[in-house]
Amino acid sequence: MENNSNFETRKPPVATTGILGWCRQHLFSNWINSFITLLVIYFLYQLIPWFLDWSVFSADFWTNYKGELIVDRTFCSRVADPEGDHGACWAIIIVRFYQFMYGFYPSEQVWRVNLTYFLLVVALLPLLIEKIPGRKHLIKFTIAFPIVAFILLYGGFGFQIIPTNKWGGLLVTLVLGVFGIAIAFPLGILLALGRRSQLPVISMFCTLFIEFIRGVPLITLLFFGMVMLPLFLPEGLNLDGLVRVLVAVTLFQAAYMAEVIRGGLQAIPRGQYEAAQSVGLSYWQMNRKIILPQAIRISIPSIVNTSIGLFKDTTLVIIIGLLDLLGIGRGALADATWMGLSNEVYVFVALVFFIFTFSMSRYSLYLEKKLKTGINMGAD
Amino acid sequence: MKKLLSIFAVLAFAFSANAGTLDDVKNRGFLKCGVTTGLIGFAAPDDAGNWAGFDVDVCRAVAAAIFGDSSKVEFTTTTGKSRFPTLASGEIDMLARNTTWTLSRDVNLGFEFVGVNYYDGQGFMIPSALGVDDATGLDGATVCIQTGTTTELNLADFFRANGIGYEALPIETNDEARENLFAGRCDVYTTDASGLSATRAQADDPDKWVVLPNIISKEPLGPLVRHGDHQWGDVVRWSLNTMIIAEELGVSSSNVDDSKGSNVPEVLRLLGVEGGYGEMLELSNDFAYNIIKQVGNYSESFDRNIGPDTPLGIGRNLNALWTDGGILYAPPFR
Amino acid sequence: MQNNLFQDQKFRGILYQTLVVGFFALGLYFVINTTAYNLEKRNIATGFGFLNNPAGFDISFSPFLDFKSTDTHLKVYFVGVLNTLLVSFCGCIAATILGFIVGIIRLSSNWLLSRIAYIYVEFTRNTPLLLQIILWYAILIQLPRIKQAPQIWETFYISNRGLFGPKPIFLDGSNIVILSLVLGFIISFFIARWAKKRQDTTGQQFPTFTTNLSIIVFLPLVVFFIMGSPITLEYPVLKGFNFKGGAVIRPEFIAMFLALSIYTAAFISETVRSGILSVTKGQREASGALGLKKNWIMRLIIIPQALRVIVPPLTSQYLNLTKNSSLGIAVGYADLVHGFGGISLNQTGQAIECMAITMATYLLISLTISFFMNIYNRSIQFKEK
Repeated sequence: MENNSNFETRKPPVATTGILGWCRQHLFSNWINSFITLLVIYFLYQLIPWFLDWSVFSADFWTNYKGELIVDRTFCSRVADPEGDHGACWAIIIVRFYQFMYGFYPSEQVWRVNLTYFLLVVALLPLLIEKIPGRKHLIKFTIAFPIVAFILLYGGFGFQIIPTNKWGGLLVTLVLGVFGIAIAFPLGILLALGRRSQLPVISMFCTLFIEFIRGVPLITLLFFGMVMLPLFLPEGLNLDGLVRVLVAVTLFQAAYMAEVIRGGLQAIPRGQYEAAQSVGLSYWQMNRKIILPQAIRISIPSIVNTSIGLFKDTTLVIIIGLLDLLGIGRGALADATWMGLSNEVYVFVALVFFIFTFSMSRYSLYLEKKLKTGINMGAD
Repeated sequence: MKKLLSIFAVLAFAFSANAGTLDDVKNRGFLKCGVTTGLIGFAAPDDAGNWAGFDVDVCRAVAAAIFGDSSKVEFTTTTGKSRFPTLASGEIDMLARNTTWTLSRDVNLGFEFVGVNYYDGQGFMIPSALGVDDATGLDGATVCIQTGTTTELNLADFFRANGIGYEALPIETNDEARENLFAGRCDVYTTDASGLSATRAQADDPDKWVVLPNIISKEPLGPLVRHGDHQWGDVVRWSLNTMIIAEELGVSSSNVDDSKGSNVPEVLRLLGVEGGYGEMLELSNDFAYNIIKQVGNYSESFDRNIGPDTPLGIGRNLNALWTDGGILYAPPFR
Repeated sequence: MQNNLFQDQKFRGILYQTLVVGFFALGLYFVINTTAYNLEKRNIATGFGFLNNPAGFDISFSPFLDFKSTDTHLKVYFVGVLNTLLVSFCGCIAATILGFIVGIIRLSSNWLLSRIAYIYVEFTRNTPLLLQIILWYAILIQLPRIKQAPQIWETFYISNRGLFGPKPIFLDGSNIVILSLVLGFIISFFIARWAKKRQDTTGQQFPTFTTNLSIIVFLPLVVFFIMGSPITLEYPVLKGFNFKGGAVIRPEFIAMFLALSIYTAAFISETVRSGILSVTKGQREASGALGLKKNWIMRLIIIPQALRVIVPPLTSQYLNLTKNSSLGIAVGYADLVHGFGGISLNQTGQAIECMAITMATYLLISLTISFFMNIYNRSIQFKEK
C-alpha cells in the first residue's frame, strides 16, 4: 500500500464497445482519421441531398411542375423553366418504357417475352438453390430452356414469327447475355479439355483459338461477324443479324470461359485422374463423372465473374447498329421529341445494368465463401 | 449419319431459297427494307415504334405494289457502315437510306441503284452568330462529319481546293454529330443539304442556325438493290417511277378512284384499267393504283414528310418535276 | 484385328488428330473458296495495294504524325496505332496509381473512407464501360463553349473543345538542356545503385531521394540559364473559330482516358486489396516488433510481397484496358479501330484486309505487353537461394 504513490493512476480505458466506442475506433482513431472523416461527411452532406433532390424530390415523373402530363421534352420542368430549380425528367423513361424493355416487339405478343422471363427464373432455380426439391427434373428443363426460349421469342410451332429486328432494349441485352453464356459454357469446357489434351494437334488448335480470341478486342469480333462473315458464307445462306452477333459474342465468351475452367482443371490433384483411370474409366467417363464436376465447382465464382463481364460487354452491339438497352436509350435521345435528356437516360441504363451485375457479383461472392468453408465439397 | 443428312438437307434448303428476290418476298409475306437509325423526315420511328418518312414511303410503295398492302414491311436499321454489308448479305431486300449513287458503289460494291428519289448536294450549317456567309470563310473551323460517307471525301477536297485549313471531327451517327454541333463542340456540320434541314428543324431555335449557300457536291440519293436480280430491280424501279408519273399525271391518293374513269390513256394504263403492265413485272395489274391509293404520289409523300409545311421546310427546287423547272423525270409508262 | 487397332490409344490419338486437321483443312478450303467467289461476284477488290492509295479524308487528332488528306491509308494505320498506344499507356499508368490508392484506402482503418472506396469500386465495376465512356463525353461536352472558355492565369483555358495550355518551343541550344536532363537521370541511377550497395554492406543510409531529385531538377535548370533560356512557351490565343498555338488535349481523349483509367482502377484496386491481404499477419507484426514505422512497413515489407500476388492479374488488366481502348469509336477518338478499321475500311470497302490487319495489330500489342509483364513478374517472384 505504501508504494502506491510510485505508480501513476491510469485512466480507465475508453469505451471500445457500443456506438461511441465503435465510432472512436473506426472513425476518430487519430487526428488524421478524424479530419478525413469530417471531410467525407461534409462531401456526403453536400452530395446525397443534391442527388436525392435531383432524382426524386424535384424530379418530374408523369407530370411537370404545372401539373401537365408530359408528352415531349418541352413539357419537362427543366426544359420549360430552365431558370427554376427542377430535377430530372423521368417521363422519357416512362413514356418509352415499353421500348426500353422490349424494343419494337408487337404488344399483343409481348406475353411471350414475359413468359420467357418467368421461365428463365425457373430455369435458374436449380442452379442457384442446391436443395430445391425435384432438382434433377428441373435441371432437364434448364438444359432445354434455350430451345424453349428461342421458340417462344422468335416463333414457329404455331406462334407468329417475330423477326429479330423487332427485338430491342432489355430483351436484346438479356438474349445476348443469356444465350451467349449458355452456349459458351459447353464450348468452353471442350476448349479447356482440348487445351489440356495429350494430343499435340488438338491442344495446339485449342490454344491458338483461345489466345487469338483473348488477344483481340470484342468490337473487332463484332465487326467480323457483321462485315466479314457474310463474305465467308455461301450465297443464299443468310444468317440473321442478331445470330451473327451472337456467334461473335459466344466465341468470345467461350475463350474466356475455357481459361477459367482450365484453372479449375489444374486445381484437381493428379490422384483423382490416376484413381479414375485405375478403375478403368475411359477419357470421357473420367472427365464427365470425376474431373469436371469438381473442376467446374471450383471455377463457378470465376465463371460468374466472366459472365458479368460479358453481360456488360453486350452494350458494344450499339456500335454495329443493334438496339439493346443502351441503344434504345440513344435512340430516344436521337428523337427530336426527347433529345437533350441524356443524364436521365444514362442514369437509368446504368441503374438497370447495376441491378443485374451487382446481384450476380453478390452471388459469386456467396459461392466463394461457401466453397472456402468447404461445406459442399462433397458429391451431389 | 442421319444427323449429317439432315444438316445437308437444311443447307440445301437454304441454297434453294435463293430463287429470286421477288419470289422470296412473296413467299415470305412481307418486304425487308433497310433504313437509317433515325433521320427526321426521311426515316424515324415514333413513340409507338411506327416508321414514317420520305425514304420509308419508297419501301411502303414497293410493299403496296407487291402485296397491295403498304404495311407489309419490316424495317431494319442500318448505320453508314453497316448498310452495304446488310444489303449484300441478303438480310434486307432493298435499301432506302439516303445513299448517294456513285460509280464505285454501283459497280465495285455490286449493287444496282434503281433510280433517284431525291437530288441532294452537300452543304454546311453554322450558327448564325458566327457571321459567316460563305463556306470559304471557314478557315480554321472545327467541322463535325459523319464517317463512312462520301461527304468525308468531298469535305477534304473542298478545303484543299480552297487552300484553307479545318479540323475534322469524324462521328459515327447523325445524332451524335448533331449533339456535338448543338453543344458547340464543332462550328460547322456538313452533310447533304436535306440532312442539314432535318438537323436545323430539331434545334431549339432554328433561326439561330443558317445553311450556307455553298453546295459542294452532287448527291443523287436513291434506293438500291443487289446487282444481278434484274426482275427485282425492275419492281423497285417502277414502284418509284409510279409515284413520279402519278404526280406528272395529276393522280393522287384522293382522286385515284375517280381517275379510273379518266379519258387520258396513260392514266388508264397506269391504274391497270388498260393493258397488262403489272403482269410484265409479275405483279397484279393494279399495283400502281395500290401505291397511289395507299402511299400517294411523289408530291404527296414529299409534302407530308419534308415539304414546306413540315418542320424541315424543304422546297422542291431540283426535285420539282421537269415541267416545273426541276429535273425530276420518269420514263413513260407504256 | 481392327477392333484391337481401335482400342490402341496411340492409334486412336493419331486418328482423332488426323480427323481434326482434315476437317479444319476442309472447312478452310470451303471458306476460302466461297469468299473468293463472293468477292469476285461482288467485284470487291482484294490485296494490300490500297494501303498506298491516298486516304482522301482528314484526321485531326494526330499528336505524333502530321496527317493530311493526301497521305496514304498506311499512314492512317500508323496514326491509329499511335493513338491507341497513347491512350492505353496513359490509361494504364493512371489506373495503376488510382488502383493502388483505392486498394489501400479499402483497407483503411477509417470505416467511412473504406466504405466510400467500396461504393466507388462496386459502381464502376458493375456498369458497362461503354456507358461510362459515353457519359464522360456527355459531361465534357457540357463544358463552356470556346468563346466563353474560362481561363487560368491567361495560360490555361477550359472549353468543350479541350483543355488548352502552353506548348514548349525548342530553340537553338535546347538539345543541350535536354541532354543535361538525361544526364541527370543517368547520374541519379548510378547514385541510387551505389547507395544501395553501401547500405547492403555497411548499413549506412544515404539520402538518395533528395539528392537525386535535386540533381534532376537543378542540373538542367542551371544549363537552361547558361544557354540563355533556349526553351520558350507558346500560349494559346483565341483567333477566329479556335485557339491558335499552344497545346491542346481534346475531350475525346479525356473521356477515353478518364473512363478507361477509372474503370480499370476499380479492378486493380481489388487485386491490390487481395494482394495486401495475402501477406500474413505475422509479417506485419514482426516488422512492427522491429520498430519500423507504419508507412515503412507498407513500403518495405507488405507491398514487395503483395506484388507477387498482384502482378499476374495486373497484366491481364493492362491487356483489358488496351483492348477496351477500341471503344474510342463511340466518342470519335481516332484510334486504330475508328481510323483504320472504320473509316479506311468504309472508304475502300476492303473489309477482310482492314479487319485482319487491325486484329493482328491488337494480337501483337497483347503479346508484347504479356512478354514484358512476364519478365517483370519473374524479377519480383520469390527467389529461393
